[in-house]
Formats: sequence, C-alpha cells, structure tokens
Amino acid sequence: MSRLEVRDLVVGYDATDVLRSVSLEVPDGSLLAIVGPSGCGKTTLLRTIAGLVRARAGEIRIGHRMATTHGIHLAPEKRRIGWVPQDAALFPHLTVAENIAFGLPTARGSARSARRAANRDDVRRLLDLVGLGSLGDRLPTQLSGGQAQRVALARALASGPDVVLLDEPFGALDPILRAELRRSVRELLREEGVTGILVTHDQAEALSIADLVGVMRGGELLQLDTPEQVYRRPATPWVAGFVGDAVFLPGTWHGDEVACALGRLPADWVSDDAATASPLEAPVDGASVDVLVRPEELLLRPLEAVLEGAPAAGGAAGWAGLAATVTAVSYTGHDAMLSLVLDDETRIDARVTAAGLLPVGTRVAVSTTSRVLAYAAGGR
Amino acid sequence: MSRTPAVRPPRALLAAAVVACALAAIPLVYLLVRVGTAGFEDIAAVFERPRVPVLIGNTVLLAASVTLATVAIGVPSAFLLARARLRGRAVWTVLAALPLAVPSYLAAYGWLAALPWMQGFWAAWFVLTLVAVPYVTLPVAAALRAGTTGLDDVARTLGRGPLAAFRLGTWPQIRPAVLAGALLVCLYTLSDFGGVALFRYQVLTTAIQQAYGASFNRDYAAILASLLVLLAVAVVIAEQFARGRAARQFGAVTGPARQRRVRLGTWSAPAVVLLAVPPGLAVIVPVAVLVVRLFEAETLREFDAAELAAAAGNTVLLSAGGAVVAIALALPIGILAARYRGRIIRAIETTGYLALGLPGIVVGLSLVFFSLAAVPALYQTAFVLAFAYGVLFMPKAIGGIRGATAQVPTSLEDVSLTLGNGRLRTWWLVTARLARPGIAAAALLVAVTAMKELPATLLLRPTGTDTLATELWSRTDVSAYGAAAPYAVTLLLVAAVPAFLLSRARAGAGELDEAVA
Repeated sequence: MSRLEVRDLVVGYDATDVLRSVSLEVPDGSLLAIVGPSGCGKTTLLRTIAGLVRARAGEIRIGHRMATTHGIHLAPEKRRIGWVPQDAALFPHLTVAENIAFGLPTARGSARSARRAANRDDVRRLLDLVGLGSLGDRLPTQLSGGQAQRVALARALASGPDVVLLDEPFGALDPILRAELRRSVRELLREEGVTGILVTHDQAEALSIADLVGVMRGGELLQLDTPEQVYRRPATPWVAGFVGDAVFLPGTWHGDEVACALGRLPADWVSDDAATASPLEAPVDGASVDVLVRPEELLLRPLEAVLEGAPAAGGAAGWAGLAATVTAVSYTGHDAMLSLVLDDETRIDARVTAAGLLPVGTRVAVSTTSRVLAYAAGGR
Repeated sequence: MSRTPAVRPPRALLAAAVVACALAAIPLVYLLVRVGTAGFEDIAAVFERPRVPVLIGNTVLLAASVTLATVAIGVPSAFLLARARLRGRAVWTVLAALPLAVPSYLAAYGWLAALPWMQGFWAAWFVLTLVAVPYVTLPVAAALRAGTTGLDDVARTLGRGPLAAFRLGTWPQIRPAVLAGALLVCLYTLSDFGGVALFRYQVLTTAIQQAYGASFNRDYAAILASLLVLLAVAVVIAEQFARGRAARQFGAVTGPARQRRVRLGTWSAPAVVLLAVPPGLAVIVPVAVLVVRLFEAETLREFDAAELAAAAGNTVLLSAGGAVVAIALALPIGILAARYRGRIIRAIETTGYLALGLPGIVVGLSLVFFSLAAVPALYQTAFVLAFAYGVLFMPKAIGGIRGATAQVPTSLEDVSLTLGNGRLRTWWLVTARLARPGIAAAALLVAVTAMKELPATLLLRPTGTDTLATELWSRTDVSAYGAAAPYAVTLLLVAAVPAFLLSRARAGAGELDEAVA
C-alpha cells in the first residue's frame, strides 16, 4: 500500500507563500506528472513531499505513514522515498553498483560496507533492470547522461521505497534520448508497481508518460486529472493554453451554444473553479464568454469547392463554414499550422495534416469538428 | 527549473558558527576593552608624543607606496602570463607564485647579509614590494584567464585603438581582482613586522613591539595596536567601496570566453625581465646568499644540530596545532557560508574574516593581555600560540572550506538524506568525503603560513621554546648573519613540504571538479 495523499499543503519562506493550499492524491502504483512554468512551485512541492523542505501547514501521508501534520515533520531519511534529482547526483567517489547499494540498510555507515553490499543479488537485479548489467564497476564520470539517470533511478528503487519522486529527470538530455528514457522509466515504474511523482516543465512529456497530470501555476494546483481530461477539458483557459495550442475567441452564451467569430457553435460550459468537481451554474443567455477551440478541431476546405456545392468531407455537417484567408504557413513535417484571418478580421490558427496543406492566400471555409468549450470571460 | 529558496540552517550548526565567531573576536574585543580601560588622558597623551604622527605617517607611506608598486608590476606581469604568447609559460607561472614562499624577514635578511648598508624606507619598500607582488599578479592573471577579449574586439571594430580597447573591454573585467590584490598587499604591508624591523624603519608594528618590550608601558602598546587596526579597517572599507562601484559599473560577461594571445615581438626581452624581477630578487638572490653563508667556516663552527632540530620540531608542532584550531573554528562558518543565505549568515562570515584586518602583532599583544587577565594558567603556553595562529589564519581556512563544500552539489546530500542517512551521517559520508581534498588543502595552507609567522610567535611563545622563525630572528637581531643561515634554509625546506602537498591536494580537487561537472 503506497498511496500518497497531500492535503491543504502550505509552504512559505519569510512573507511569501510558495505553495498555497495544495491538495492531491496519487493512487497506489500510479504515476503523477506535475507540470507548470518556472517558479510555479512544482519542485518545492516535490521537495516538501520528500521532507527536504518543511511545510508551514497541511498534511502529507505516504502509505500508512503520516509524514507531515500539524507542525510534525518526519525527517527525509525516515520517509521511505526514492529521490531522482535533475542532475542524477551520483556519488562521484562510488562505482555504479556502490551507488545503487548506498541506501541499502546493510550498506549504511561506510564506503567499505557499501562496497560489500554492491555485490548483492538485489543490486545486480536492479542493474539488469535498468539495462546496465555490465557497467556495475564503472565510475559515474564514465557514464552518459542517460545512463546516469538510469543509475539514479535504480538507486532510488533499491531500498524498496513507498514513493519515487523524480525532479525533472530528463531535463538535461537531448530530445531523442529523452523520449527513449521516458518510455523505459514508465515501464520500469509500472513493473515495480511503485507510486511515483514526476515534475517537469514539458507538457508533452507530462501528457505522454503519466496516469495523472497536475497543472500548477503560482503555487496553486489548477487541475489534477487524467492526461486526456486535462487536454480535452482544461479547468481554466490558462491550463488550456499551457498544455497545448489554443484559439480563444470572444463570444456570447446562448443555452447550449455560443455565438462567436466562427458562428453559432454547440458548446459546453466549464467552471473556472478547479476546486469544484461539477460545473458552476451556466451563465445567463447573452453573457460574455471566452470560447476555446483547439487548432486541430478546425476543418478547412477550399472555398471554391464549398461554393461549387461539393459534399462536405465528413465532419460537422450542418455547420456552414466561415470564409477566411490563409496568411502564413508554419510547416513542421507531420503537420502544419496555418494562420488565418476571418473576413471580420479575427485571426485564428488551424492545424492541418501535411496532406491538407494550403498555400498562403488561399480562400477557405472554416468549420469546427467538435463541441467547443466556453469559459467565463476574462478568465485568462 | 524553479529555484527552491534557501532553507533555514540547522540550529546546532548556527550555534557552532556563532561560538567560533565569538572566539575569533576575542583578540579585537579584548584589545578595545584594554584601550577603553586605559582612560581618556592616557589616550590623549599618546597623541601628544611627537613620535606618534611620524609612526602613522611612515606606516601609511610604506603601505601606499608598496601597494602602488605591486600594482604597477603585478598587472603587466599578469597580462604577460595570461594573454601573451610566452615561451615557457608554465615555468613563469610557477616562478610568479614563488615569492609567497618567502617571509619578508627572510628576504630582508638575505639582502642584509649581502649588503649590510641597506636600511630605511627604500630598503623596506624594495623588499616588501618584491615579496608582495604575487598578491596582485596571481588574482589578476586568474581574472584575465577567465575573461574574454571579445569586448576588446568589439571596441576595436568600433574604432578604438588597442589601449583604449583594453580600457573599455578588459580593464572592467580585471578591476575587482586588481582591487582585491591591492587590498591584500596593503594589509600585508601594514601588518609586516620582520622585514621592516630588519631595515630599522620605524612603523606602528615595530613601535608596538618596542613598547611591549619596554614593559612598563603596555597601555601605549595597546593604543598603538588599535591605531593599526583602525588603519586596516579603513583600507578594507575603502576597498569594499571601490569594489562595490566596480561591480555596479560592470555586469557579468556573457557568452563563451574567447581569447586572443598577443604576439610580443621585440617586447619579448623586457617582458622576460619584468617577469624575472620579483622571483629573482625576492627569492633567488636572498636564498643564494644564505646558501653561501651556510657553508662558511664560521657558520659551520657555531652550528648546533640539536638546537636546530628542536626548533624545527617546535615549528611543525605549533603550526599543526594552529591548523587544527583554524579548521575547527572555520568548519561551521565555511559550511554555513557555502550552503545558506541570509543577513545573519553574512554577518557570521564577515566576522570570520575579521582577522584579515588584524596584524599578527595585534593578535599576539591582545592575547598576551587576555591570557594574563582571563586564563593565567594558559599564559605563555603552546595552547595560546596555537589559538593565535588559528584566529589569524582562520580566513584562509574559511575560504578553502567554503569553496570545497560549495563544490559538492546539494543534490548529493538530498539523495543521501532520502536514502535513510541523517544529516550528520550524510555530511560525513558524502559532503566531507568529497570536500576532503579542499579541507586538507586549507589545513596545509594554514600550517605553512603559521610556520613563517613571526610577531605573534615572538610575543606568545612559551618561555624557552624556540621556533625556526624566532631562532632566525634572534640571530639576525645581533647581526650574526652567518649563524642565522641554517635556520633560514631549514625554514624554507620545512615550509616547502606542506607547499608541495598543497599542490598535490589542488590536483586532487581538480579531479573532483571533473567528476561533478
């Protein structure tokens, strides 16, 4: 049993609060990714869970153990956690195997006992597990960045922790290595059945690796949900913009529809309050709202084809397209982002597959392929 | 990555650092107490003596002229070492540091043994300048190596000549190092006793020694000592002020450090002369004279091997004791300064560096008073002398410990803590283990400096105990130049052992740099 629970956690230094009443729950064996911009408090949250930083108020429960509550602070060495820092932080005077053995109860106390423990079966098993079976005698200086991170993970897992905490473990690696290591870390944690929290500033990494994603900003947890929910139904316009490309248009609310530059669209109302699970009361008809459309949810067809009455190529039938002109193309290979200007001067972005690429100056009809989301106006 | 703000330091560490600061402050505080009890009339009477303004004037004149001369020699030397195409650069770099190994009184003694007519201001200025040049050359060369010539290049493309480009591009980069070096030289000259005394030039340090020796008026010595401290404090404040302005004037250099090396051409010969002067005249000439003296018949007749061995043994033991005290005092302060931020911690660190402005003779004098008044049982014991060394050279230890600790990434400590090791065990298994070369280097540095210390040793040594420095001193005092030679040579040899170990330890620290980079 190694559920992790954080309730109303407040962390501050001097007069400023770095974390303001953060609550979250990670079920046994799940991986939570915390994502947010620099300075949002995500690393502080991780360090507080590890016990490296003292909380001002709130509770942290790791498994059955109460680690922080009412001013009681369990020392980090008693929390049964694994810590994987950004720089891997391998002890430079110990070999790979000795590093992994460092936290084993028999190895504590001296470098010599660490050396003896380094030959144990469980250390070898971990070395094999992270795919470094033959490198046990190497020194950290002789490892690549990716290998060092694998050793750091094996070292964190060696003493059988309740929770593994990873602080931007892939931050210093190049993109290809990053993706590869990300996958193997995910598999490893799942095989070992360890509960984990990973901090990252890379939203794509968070969405792709985790069972749960928490989005932080300014010391607050704005949303904690499955990756799909975070992307499909962001709790606030800011979250929407942080986890992916977003087009926001001003509009007005009319029952289940919004009126905006793209016409009248079927819409869902999203509460701006992360703490409430159910949506707030929908606004009155005619109230101003911000409308969120993802660029890939826009369907573009050459205007000529539409005017000639050619059948719509699937999608939201019944929603007549709106005329627009392509003003710029940003080509990325597998797809492309087109900048458009609607005839009423509104500027929007649309993502198209490489096959659907249209040259600058093309007149197009724009329509949406799915229901849009509406937020209280000015919430960004 | 978001920066985690600093954490409050553990209470035990803070308490240990405060205690260390309190101990280090004893000499200064007790000196002030002593002066305070002297009474206003006594203090006023001191200033009515016609000799006092002369002493102050001589002290300031010597300190200012030596500082100017070392900057004039040190900055071009540093430029040659760091930025010129120089044959045998490695050798010249070692030679440039060599004068640091020679205490001023030893160099002065070497010159006097050859030219007994040398005396007065010019002699003192000549020898102190030569001995102190490395204090400017080394930091400025380091700053030049770390800096960039990119700004000079930009200035040249914008129409400036080479000298104007240097002033615009490079000078702001090395200015803090020049100021820091000048500060060290100035404090060194203010507190020098042996070299100045040998040339019979009257300054505050020599007057303090004389007043103390004429033991009927020790208040006079205490008042002169506090005058000397005031001068040192004024110099430190002036440097802080100038450096603060320099820092504001010039921000961090961005981008990779690109460097061009200057071709010397016809300037090669003058360059070599400039580089050869300080080590040649401060080290090679005096040592050569000493070695010649050593093998003269008179010297060999008077030579007493047992006495020499005893002095060498005392020197090693006392300086080792000083190193232990300095490290013990400096450890909590160095760790605190490396790991935590805050006003209190800055105050503690500043107090730890207090002794930088405290001349050895002041510390010696104050500890004589203090041990007599507070712990008479310890008066004239090795403990008080080792404590004086510890207090005097604690700044060197703090710097070393701070640097060595800061090199150990905190993430290593975090990992060790989360793996089940408590704070103390983590420090021992990880931080101390990795900082060991740096801490050992700091201890050796203190030991090698303490071996050569003269004025405090003269005041505090146990009766009947002689070190190499005091034996050398007592013989130069009676102009027995030949008899002093064995002690001078032995002192150089004994001090060379830790210096050698120090260079090895530095190499070890270099390995750690690579490991954690």
